[in-house]
Amino acid sequence: MVNTMKLEIMALGENEAFARSAVAAFALCLNPSFSELSDIKTAVSEAVTNSIVHAYKHSGQHDTLSIECRAEGDEHGGILHITVTDGGCGIADMEKALLPFYTTLENDERSGMGFTIMQTFMDGFSLESEVGKGTKVSMFRKIGKKSVVATMDDVAVKERADAGR
Amino acid sequence: MQILAETQGNVVYLHLRGEIDEHNAHSARTKADRLVERYAGSERAIFDLREVSFMDSTGIGFLIGRYKRFQRFGVPVYLTNPTNSTDKILEMSGIYTLMPKV
Ligand SMILES: Nc1ncnc2c1ncn2[C@@H]1O[C@H](COP(=O)(O)OP(=O)(O)OP(=O)(O)O)[C@@H](O)[C@H]1O
Ligand SMILES: [Mg+2]
Repeated sequence: MVNTMKLEIMALGENEAFARSAVAAFALCLNPSFSELSDIKTAVSEAVTNSIVHAYKHSGQHDTLSIECRAEGDEHGGILHITVTDGGCGIADMEKALLPFYTTLENDERSGMGFTIMQTFMDGFSLESEVGKGTKVSMFRKIGKKSVVATMDDVAVKERADAGR
Repeated sequence: MQILAETQGNVVYLHLRGEIDEHNAHSARTKADRLVERYAGSERAIFDLREVSFMDSTGIGFLIGRYKRFQRFGVPVYLTNPTNSTDKILEMSGIYTLMPKV
């Protein structure tokens, strides 16, 4: 089975809980365990929160972010792909941004662990960003015991994630 | 997210309850800092995380922020009862070197 979902929401703090819960609800089609679900919620929360607090910190009211999910598998498990995209300020130095404890918002009590958490909690991670255009985070997570043969796309994502480490 | 303070002798327990994310941490900070001031004379402070149902990196920043405030009064801070997923994040961040798990 292939199942997809696309969500476009305003980049508001009020939507953080909604966004992670919506992805978790979608993921139920792969029958994830409790701990798989909580890892997914955490990773989504990191990506969505970044788009809310960093991407649009200098701009207006009608900023949106989108979340796309693609589930491949069945009730015994499979693979869940998630992308979170914003049209915000972009990241000038991606290498630095990916470092643990690196944050540009130290005064707001941010810890700089968001990207590290996404990379640790998911099985694949990649980051694309362009200054002035926006940022796209792509991640996937294998769900269930059934061994999943990753497609070539997944392998490419995984390699890029490893290179970024 | 809710915070409840409870004292046992000269030790203050701060029970955190609910979801800790960027959005709801704002009001919790103000409330937590009032509690820090009120219990500034404690021998030690312990954050009880048993009822934290969700936490992301915001939780790390939140706890370190309160740690710094308690530190001004010389009050050592500890963490207790994290759920598995909370523990995973806290472990990764190295926060237990500042606030040991008890
Ligand atoms: N969507 C985005 N748009 C613009 N800049 C971003 C975006 N996501 C991340 N960044 C930049 O990358 C840095 C690192 O992000 P990361 O999530 O690792 O840490 P943080 O958000 O600063 O802190 P934490 O996630 O621990 O609260 C951010 O401080 C910010 O400068
Ligand atoms: Mg972040």
